[in-house]
Amino acid sequence: MFGRRQIREKWMLLVPAMAVLGVITLAPLVNTLWLSFTDAKITAIATPVNLIGLENYVYALTDTDFQDALWRTLYFTGVSVGLEVALGIAIALLLNQEFRGRTLLRALIILPWAVPTIVNAVAWRLIYHPEYGALNSLLFQLGFISSYQSWIGSPALALNMVILADVWKNFPLVVYVALAALQTVPGDLLKAAAIEGAGPWKRFCAITLPWIAGPLLVVVVLRTIEAFRVFDIVYAMTGGGPADSTKTASFYVYQEYFNYLRSGSGASYAVLIAGISAVLILAYYAAARRQDQGGRA
Amino acid sequence: MRRKPLHSVLLYLAALAVALFTTAPLIWLALMSISAPADLTEVPLRWIPSEVDFSRYQALFDLESGAGERFLSALRNSVLVAGAATALALLLAVPAAYSFSRRRAPMVLLFAFLATIMMPPITYVLPLYTAFSGLGLLNSKVTLVIVYTAMLLPFAIWLMKANIDVLPVEVEQAAFMEGASTSFTLRVVVLPLALPAIAATAMLSFLVAWDEFFYALIFTNDLTAKTLPVAIADFAAGRVTDYGVIASVGVMATLPPALLAICFQKFIVSGLVAGSVKG
Amino acid sequence: MRRLLILGTAAAALLMNSAAFAETTLNALFMSQAAYSEADIKAMTAEFEKANPGIKVAMEFVPYEALHDKIVAAAGAGADGYDVVLFDVIWPAEFATRGFLKDVTDKIPADATAKIFDGAWTTVEYSGKRYGMPWILDTKYLFYNEDMLKQAGIANPPKTWAELATQAKAIKDKGIVQYPLVWSWSQAEAMICDFTTLTAANDGKFFVEGKPAFTAGGAKDALSYMKQTLDDGLTNPASREYLEEDVRRVFSNGEAAFALNWTYMNALANNPAESKVAGKVKVTSAPGVDGKSVASGVNGSMGLGIPANSPHADEAWKYISHLTNQSVQESYSKLSLPIWKASYDNPKVAEGQEGLIAAAKQSIAVMYPRPLVPAYTEVSDILQKNLHKVLLGETSVDDALTAAAQRVERIR
Repeated sequence: MFGRRQIREKWMLLVPAMAVLGVITLAPLVNTLWLSFTDAKITAIATPVNLIGLENYVYALTDTDFQDALWRTLYFTGVSVGLEVALGIAIALLLNQEFRGRTLLRALIILPWAVPTIVNAVAWRLIYHPEYGALNSLLFQLGFISSYQSWIGSPALALNMVILADVWKNFPLVVYVALAALQTVPGDLLKAAAIEGAGPWKRFCAITLPWIAGPLLVVVVLRTIEAFRVFDIVYAMTGGGPADSTKTASFYVYQEYFNYLRSGSGASYAVLIAGISAVLILAYYAAARRQDQGGRA
Repeated sequence: MRRKPLHSVLLYLAALAVALFTTAPLIWLALMSISAPADLTEVPLRWIPSEVDFSRYQALFDLESGAGERFLSALRNSVLVAGAATALALLLAVPAAYSFSRRRAPMVLLFAFLATIMMPPITYVLPLYTAFSGLGLLNSKVTLVIVYTAMLLPFAIWLMKANIDVLPVEVEQAAFMEGASTSFTLRVVVLPLALPAIAATAMLSFLVAWDEFFYALIFTNDLTAKTLPVAIADFAAGRVTDYGVIASVGVMATLPPALLAICFQKFIVSGLVAGSVKG
Repeated sequence: MRRLLILGTAAAALLMNSAAFAETTLNALFMSQAAYSEADIKAMTAEFEKANPGIKVAMEFVPYEALHDKIVAAAGAGADGYDVVLFDVIWPAEFATRGFLKDVTDKIPADATAKIFDGAWTTVEYSGKRYGMPWILDTKYLFYNEDMLKQAGIANPPKTWAELATQAKAIKDKGIVQYPLVWSWSQAEAMICDFTTLTAANDGKFFVEGKPAFTAGGAKDALSYMKQTLDDGLTNPASREYLEEDVRRVFSNGEAAFALNWTYMNALANNPAESKVAGKVKVTSAPGVDGKSVASGVNGSMGLGIPANSPHADEAWKYISHLTNQSVQESYSKLSLPIWKASYDNPKVAEGQEGLIAAAKQSIAVMYPRPLVPAYTEVSDILQKNLHKVLLGETSVDDALTAAAQRVERIR
């Protein structure tokens, strides 16, 4: 039913978006790919750029500091996305119940999400301040700690404290998607399961969770992409310290480009990050499809 | 169905805990912004301000004071840049999404678009800086609008496509049968149906653009183009002894998106979920 | 025809006229922390604009942390970048080898060399050439709370680092303050500055013939000292997440007896609007080590340079000459001291800050540079990480310094 006119239109509709993306992001992206195989440096003196094959990648992957950073970033991504999803579903379940003040609470929950990342980072940095921070004062006055603690100054805690700030800002998105998805779960199905003697936990696992998993997947994918390239909150909150304990993979890209002025090498770090991120996303989709087929069979 | 009393108590306790977790940091930020400077360096802290001090807000809204000038121009720039980028992104995203959804545009292209957001943004900063500098476009709101539009597009197209996918196709086909042009169909048939999705996409795009920091940090130089996140970083890094100043800027930077988010909450939720169901 | 000609001449005259009045706008990049305040720099610039009609200066102030990034981003760009940039003493080697800054050796009057401190010149020199004018002559001084020392029965500030520890111990034991020492030891350049000060005091070396030499001797002693003060409870453990402004806040709040910080803290810690201990704050040179040094200091100066791609080099140089001019520097000497030797004997400069001037005369003479290598940023990052590990008790002094040296060898 599609004539020639429609085919031509297919492209006309796309061209404006393609033009903007092509110029602003795809071209630099291709350039970055190319750079990653060269020894390009940032310099104002004309210097030849040489192709050096996979040398940058070998250097990056054999760099134990960068390996640590990759694991750290995976930890950050896993824990923060995991917590956001767990917390988001739990709160959505709560908001799906009838109680007074529910409308107000639903409205309030969107607030953290509206807080700009930089404000979020600065606000939590003040909250975590070792001397004048609210967290120390609160825990001390409630008797949970006997003396003031170092939060983002302690290598064991710092990354987790950054995660807490990140989760606080981003859980609302999951709440809203989960809540809307929950409202589509057929009540008959749940009732039938209850009559058959399935407890609440079992009903949740067997019916509710698979039902809302689809919509949640999109949020998880989105958050994973963002979390895996996390930079701003770390830059503004800890600058990568203490003792590199919050230095994420994106920080290495920043460092190679802006501090060490090695654009070739920096590009290879960036490509690695994008590659791993893509693998994560594909894995999600593969898992989702398998479950989908399993459900149908 | 009546609940058991214990169940009710637990429910309200949980609701209270959620409310506290969500609002406590914000309430503290607001409290800091109106506390006397000395209260904020007390150990342990004085939670209730010894006196309510609105002087920081007065300074922020006073064009004559240095802080006010910096804040107000950053606020203006943020509103303009985020607003324009959102509008532009939607203007480009809706036709593109329609093409993917109804005209079988190759999905590979959509994945290529999405791939651009997996790359750490830092890689784009230097090539773009060089390009914009060549065009004499540094330190300009236009530059930020262009860059943000490109940054928002992949996700906006994706979300819009998912939303158009679930719209009933019959009406469009009927319109075609009667010889309506694509642009007419798009405007008269599709747009009204997709309005919630457009509102949701616009909201999300606005928040992302409002949030952006690193491009703005590198591309802008002064009051003509600096956005709020950059201004906040300046406030936080500069020579301020008073945490209240930073807190007041934080509160003010949060208010516009917070108000928008609360007002358009219904759209955001429906648009996101429609997008999510179809992936 | 004739009318046309007249019109043409008039237009040409108009054009020439406007060319004569054409304004050059210089883009200048400064930082918003330490040394001169924004207000000071704006006032100096206003004087310059007044004296030079036709030149306008557009000033940009960024956090120190963003200064390097901005210069780097602009370096690859065309004529649209900066005309004057403030740069740190640790960058000339890198900027010179990359061609980011113009060589201005010939623009500097010959007699200036002798009139300005050698330490200031280090800020702008690399392999015999000069890439700008020194502007902020700065080093870290030892600030102390005189009241606290008196309460502990201490008459004079410490002359050696060992004595400093002893005095701090006495203050702590008397219960005057829980942690007598506060430093800027977060994982940042600020920590390296404190480390360099102590390394200089212990007569240590960073590099010998291009090879890392910080694994033994003075550098090792410096790090051991830092760790020891933490272990003994003399150093505020929160120092490990502090920058200079936090140090100032804690010290000004009366929660420390000693602090190492830049010149600017002298005026601010003695300002009642900014400080609870105003009037009790005294300043002296950072101490030395018995048999090795009488005082110590790190060269924390900064210079003003012209980016290679600036199309207004002449106007930019005029502006730099104005800012670094002796009389200009002398009239704004509360937050940053002049680069000129003669200024330190000028009673106008010393007025109200006699203590600082006395300390400066001693400290400037002993200012020690951080490693002058093109890969300095990377060397510093490596040191920061490994020193921080020691201070956080994650590894030993020897292991950390050895690891740092190995990592430095791997720099490409």
